[in-house]
Amino acid sequence: MSHPLVITKFMNEHPSDSHTLERYVESNGYEAARKATGMTRDELVELVKASGLIGRGGAGFSAGLKWSFLAPSRPTYVVVNGDESEPGTFKDRQIMERDPHAVIEGTIITAIANEAHHAFIYIRGEYPKSARRVQAAVVEAYTKGFLGKRIFGTDFDLELTVHLGAGAYVCGEETALLNSLEGKRGEPRLKPPYFPAAKGLYMAPTIVNNIETVANVPHILAHGSDWYRALGGEEDTGTFMMSISGHVKKPGNYELTRTLTWRELIFEVAGGIRDDKELKAWIPGGASAPWLVPEEHLDLPILRKATDQAGSMLGSGAIIVMDEDADMVAAAERLVSFYSEESCGQCTPCREGTTWLEMILQRILDGTGREADLGLLHDVSDGISIGLAWPPKMTTICPLGPSAVSPILSLLKYFKSEVETHIARGQQVPVSIGRNGS
Amino acid sequence: MTEMITINVNGVDSQVAAGQQLITAAAEAGTFIPHFCHHDRMEPVGQCRTCLVEVEGPRGTMLVPSCTMPVSDGMVVHTNSPTVKKAVEAVMEFTLINHPLDCPICDKAGECPLQDQVLSHGPGESRFVEQKRHFEKPIPISELVLLDRERCILCSRCVRFGEEISGDPLLEFIDRGNDTQVNTFADNTFASYYSGNVVQICPVGALTSTAYRFKARSWDLDEVTSVCGHCTVGESVTVQSSHNKILRVDGLDNEATNHGWLNDKCRYGFEWVGSGDRLKMPMVKGADGAFHESSWGEALGFIADQLISNRDMRGGSSIGAVGGARGTNEDAYALSKFMRTVLGSNNVDARLDDTLNAEFLAGFAGKGQIADLESAKTILVWAADLKEEHSTLYLRVYRAATALGAKLIVVNPMGTGLDDVATHSFTYPPGSGDKTLADLMSGTEQFAAARVLLDDGPVVALVGKAGTGESPFLAESVAAFVRDLDGASVLPLARRSNTFGALDMGLAPALLPGRVTLDDAHLLADAWGEIPTDRGLDTAGMLKAAAEGELKVMLLVGADPVADTPDGAGADSALANLDFLVSIDCFMNASNAHADVVLPALGFAEKEGTVTNLEGRVMKANRAVTGPGQARADWSILDDLSTRMRAPLGFGSAEAVSTEIANTAPAYQGITWFLLDWKERLGVIAPRGDAQQPLQYVPVITDSDTAVKGDFIVHSARKLYDAGTLAQAGPSLAGLAAEPFVALNPADAKSIGANGHVEIEGTTVALKRDASVPVGTIFVPFNQPSGPRVGVSTSVSAVAEVDAG
Repeated sequence: MSHPLVITKFMNEHPSDSHTLERYVESNGYEAARKATGMTRDELVELVKASGLIGRGGAGFSAGLKWSFLAPSRPTYVVVNGDESEPGTFKDRQIMERDPHAVIEGTIITAIANEAHHAFIYIRGEYPKSARRVQAAVVEAYTKGFLGKRIFGTDFDLELTVHLGAGAYVCGEETALLNSLEGKRGEPRLKPPYFPAAKGLYMAPTIVNNIETVANVPHILAHGSDWYRALGGEEDTGTFMMSISGHVKKPGNYELTRTLTWRELIFEVAGGIRDDKELKAWIPGGASAPWLVPEEHLDLPILRKATDQAGSMLGSGAIIVMDEDADMVAAAERLVSFYSEESCGQCTPCREGTTWLEMILQRILDGTGREADLGLLHDVSDGISIGLAWPPKMTTICPLGPSAVSPILSLLKYFKSEVETHIARGQQVPVSIGRNGS
Repeated sequence: MTEMITINVNGVDSQVAAGQQLITAAAEAGTFIPHFCHHDRMEPVGQCRTCLVEVEGPRGTMLVPSCTMPVSDGMVVHTNSPTVKKAVEAVMEFTLINHPLDCPICDKAGECPLQDQVLSHGPGESRFVEQKRHFEKPIPISELVLLDRERCILCSRCVRFGEEISGDPLLEFIDRGNDTQVNTFADNTFASYYSGNVVQICPVGALTSTAYRFKARSWDLDEVTSVCGHCTVGESVTVQSSHNKILRVDGLDNEATNHGWLNDKCRYGFEWVGSGDRLKMPMVKGADGAFHESSWGEALGFIADQLISNRDMRGGSSIGAVGGARGTNEDAYALSKFMRTVLGSNNVDARLDDTLNAEFLAGFAGKGQIADLESAKTILVWAADLKEEHSTLYLRVYRAATALGAKLIVVNPMGTGLDDVATHSFTYPPGSGDKTLADLMSGTEQFAAARVLLDDGPVVALVGKAGTGESPFLAESVAAFVRDLDGASVLPLARRSNTFGALDMGLAPALLPGRVTLDDAHLLADAWGEIPTDRGLDTAGMLKAAAEGELKVMLLVGADPVADTPDGAGADSALANLDFLVSIDCFMNASNAHADVVLPALGFAEKEGTVTNLEGRVMKANRAVTGPGQARADWSILDDLSTRMRAPLGFGSAEAVSTEIANTAPAYQGITWFLLDWKERLGVIAPRGDAQQPLQYVPVITDSDTAVKGDFIVHSARKLYDAGTLAQAGPSLAGLAAEPFVALNPADAKSIGANGHVEIEGTTVALKRDASVPVGTIFVPFNQPSGPRVGVSTSVSAVAEVDAG
C-alpha cells in the first residue's frame, strides 16, 4: 500500500538543505502564507475545518474547530507547542530540524487566522538542534519581511518568539506551557476556567497548536481542503507522523495515512519484531496510552474511534513495541517512575499517588512484594483515576496522574501473572535481590 | 441585594447567594466540605483535591473540586456519593502518606485542620508501608518563622498569601514531583512584615513561629476576642493565654477592618505585656533622687496634695497632661474629665509624634471607611508609606489595587511599599508638597493622567503627614481638594494605637468628649458642670511652656515624649524643668526618669474597654490576663486620685465610665459595652444612627510650607520596626529594626563622595542609595535603635565618611 507524503516529501527530496530559506522558497515556500494574508479569519477557519485536520498533540481534536472557539477579546496569541516530551514521540523534532520554515509558515497562517500579532514557538529544552534550526529560520524569515512589521508588504504585523523549555515534561500540557512561557512554574492550570482559547497566555485568548499540526497548514492552503481530505481514509483525514520504537527491526518516523492495521504497521512498515521474536504488547499512542496486545488487537485498524473503543488512544502517534523478553513489571515501573518524576507536584493525588505506585512496583521488582500489593496497586490507581474508566475520570488537575495509571491497569489486565511471579519469587528469597533480578 | 439561587445538596434544596464558589455555598447551606488549600480570603486553586464533589451536568455527573466551581441556579450536588467518598478518602490517604504522625509534639495538634478532617472524612487507616519523605526539620526561614517541610502538605496557602495578599512573594514551590517543597529563594529569607499570617493559615504544623513554638497545647489555651493595641487600624484579634500569660495573638476576620490578617508588629507585639521589666508597684522618688516602692495610698496622697496646691496657687493652666492614646476610651475619658473638671485645665493632648491637627483627625466632615476601598475606582495615598506606618491598611489598599482593579496614585517624599502596584507614583522634596498638590489639582505635565483618574470615582484618599518636618495643613489641603471629587471619601491617618479614641474622648487642647468643641462645652454641662473654655496647649506647647517655666506640673499617661516627640532633647530638658511630674506607665523610660511619682498601669489585654480606630469604628477590647503586681487601669487611678482630691469622678468601674460616655458624649450616644459585646461584634462607626456629630471640621486649601535651607532637606518618617519601648520589650520584635541607616539619591551620594557611611549630626551611619529619594533630600528613619536623631531640623549636612579598610 502506498502512502502519500505531505510533511516529509520536501525534506526527503532535499536531505542536505531542506532547512534553509533558499531551498524552501525555491520550492514555493511561503506562497501559502502570502495567500493567507489576503484571506479573512472566517475563510481560513472554514478552510481548515473543511480539511478535517486533526490536532497532532495527542488529544485528536479538530484544529479548525479549535480555531473557531477563539474568544472575541483582543489581543490574541498563537503558541506552537514543540515541547515534544511524551516518551516514544520524536516526530516534531524531525520536522523542526529538517523543515523549520514549514513550521514558521504554518505559524504565520495560524496567526493570521486567529488575528494574533505575536506568536511563540515553545521548543523542548533538550532539543538544542531543533531550537538552533528554528531560531535561524526565524531570523531568515524576519530578514525577508515574512515576519515583523507589515509582513509580505501587507498591513499585518507578526512577531515570532522562539522559547526553550527547561526540562519539564508537564510543560507539554498546554496550560503548563503557557505558565512556563509567562515565566511561572510549569504547572497546569484549572480547566475550567482556563481554556486557552478563552483565557490563555497572559489571560488573553490563545491558540495552542502542535508543530506537526501547523506544518500541515501551508499544504492545506496550497492545495485546498478537498485535496487534504482525500488523503488517507474516510475517518481520520490527512497523513500522520508515526514514531515507532522498541523491539522492531526498523524503528523510526514514518509518515502514513490511517488506512492500515497494527499488524501491517508493526510487521510490514516496521519490518517485524527484532530477531523474529514474538510480539508481546505495544503502546499505541505515547507512554500514557493503555497497552494493546496481539491476541486482541493486531488486526484492529489504526483509527481514532477503533482505538478508543479498544480502551486506548492514538495520542501523539508514538508506538512502543515490546517483544516476548520484556519484563512487563519492569516496563510498567519504568513508565510510572517517569510520570512520578515529572509530576509538577501541585496536586495531591498525582504527586503522592504516582510516587506511591512507583514505590510499590519497585518493591515488587526488588523481591519484597506482597500479595496485598495487587489490590493496593489497583486501589491507589483508583484513587488517582476514579472508577478506572477510559477515558479517565480524574481526581487530579491534569491527565498526568492518570497517565501513570495506564501502564498499571494494562499490567494488571494482561500480565497479572507476571506480577504474581515476581511476588512469589520475592517470597522465596526474602532478601532484596536488585531491581533487575540479575 | 445579593441575588439568591437554589442549589440541591445531597437531595436538599437550599437558597444560597449567587456569585460564590460551591464550597462556600454548600457551607451556607449547612454542608461542610473538607478542604486544605481553599481559604475564604484567597483565590481558589483547586490544588489539594480534598473538596471533590459530584455535580450533575448535561454530560453526566462530573467529579469537580467544589472550591473552583462557581455555584449556579439549579445545581445538583452530591458530597457523599460512593464516588465522592472514594475520591476524598483516597486524597486524604495520599495527603497523609508523607505526613509525619508527630501530633504529640506538634504545636498544631488539637487545632489542626488535617487532624480534624482526617478524623471526619479520612479512610481510618493508611496502607503506606514505604519510607516517608525526609527533609531537614525544621529550618528557620526568618527571624520569626520556622518551616518543617516534612509536615507540609503543599496546599500553597503560604505561597499564595505572599503573591495575592501581601505582595511579597518570598515563598515558592521548589522542585517537582515527590521532591516538591515550599522554601524561600536562595539568599532570601522570609523577611515579610506579614510573616505571621502564614503560620496562622497553615493547615498543618509546617509553619511555626518562634514566639509560640512549644509554648502550649492548643486545648490548654484560654481565648478572648479583642482589638489590636498597636496601630490605628484596630484589627480584630483573639488573645490566647495560658496560666495568666499571653502566648499568642491571632487575627480575627473582620470584614470592616483586617480580613483576618495582621502585620507582625501587631501579631507579636504582645510580648511586652509579660515582660519582667513591667512596673508592678507605685514608685516615689525620694530625697536621694532614687525611686522607692510605695503603697498606692501613699503615692496617690502625695500626688493629690501636690496637684491641689498647684491648682489652687497657680491655677489649672499650670498643669498639663500628655498621652492617653495607649489606653482605652474609658481611660481617655477619665483623664479628659479629670483634667478639665478636677484640675480645671485644657492642657491635654494625646498626640505625641508630630501628627495632623486633632479637629481634622476627629471631625473631618466626609470621613470615609476602610471598606470604601472595596468599591473605589481610584485611590489616592498622600504622604504615607502605608506598608511602614499602617501595615495592615496597606493590605486592603494592595487588594483594591490588584484584585479589585482600582487605580492607585501614590504621592510621598520618597518611594513607598505600594509603588509597585500604583498606576502613578510621584515623589516630592519635603517642603514642596503644596506645589505638588497644586500641580496634581491642575493636572499639569506629569500629573495630567493622574488628574484624569481622580475624576473617575468613587475616589478614596488616605492622607497622612509625610515626616516630622511637614506642615499638618498640607494633608488638610489634600483632603479639601479630594472631598469635592466624585463620590470621594477621605481617611486622615495617624498611627499610634488608640489616638482616634483618645481624641474622641477629648484628649486634645480644644476638644471635649464626643467631638465637642470648647464652644459647645454646654453639651456636656449635665455631667461635667462648668469647665474652662480657653484653648489649652498641645504637646509641643506644653513642653515649650515647661521649658520656659510657665507650666509647672505634668502628667504623662503612657507617654514618653523624650523618645516619641521629634524634639526629644527639648522634651528631656522641659521635663527636667518641671516642679512636679507624674507618670502613669507600664515601663520606666527616658521621660519618667524625671518623674516624682511613677504609677504602674495595666496594659493590652489586662483590662476591658472600648477603642476607636482611624475610621471612627468603636470596638470592644477585652481582658485575657491580670496585670503585674499592683498595676491598675488609668481610669481607676484617676478615679481614686479624684476622690483623694475631694472632687470624686465616682466611676467605680470601667463599664460605668463607658455608660457615662454613651450618655454624655454626643457622637458616642448609645455605644455601650452591651451593644458591642452582643450585637455589633464588628464594631460600630461613631456617630451611630441619629447620634449628633457636633464637630464638622472642614479644611481649606492653604499655602503653608516653608522653604528650607541647608545641604539636604530632611525626610524623617517611621519604619514598622523601631526603637519603641513596647517593641523592644519582647524578644520577637526587638531584633527586627533595621541597622541604622540614612538614604540619599545616588546622584547626591556621588556628589558628596559618600561610599558606605556618612556622618549626620555627629553620628556615623550607613548610607543607602535609593533612587526614589528626591535629589537634595535625605531620608532619616525616625527612632531607629542607635540611629541619628535629627530632632526638628528641616535640613542637615551630610559628610562622607571614609570607610576603613
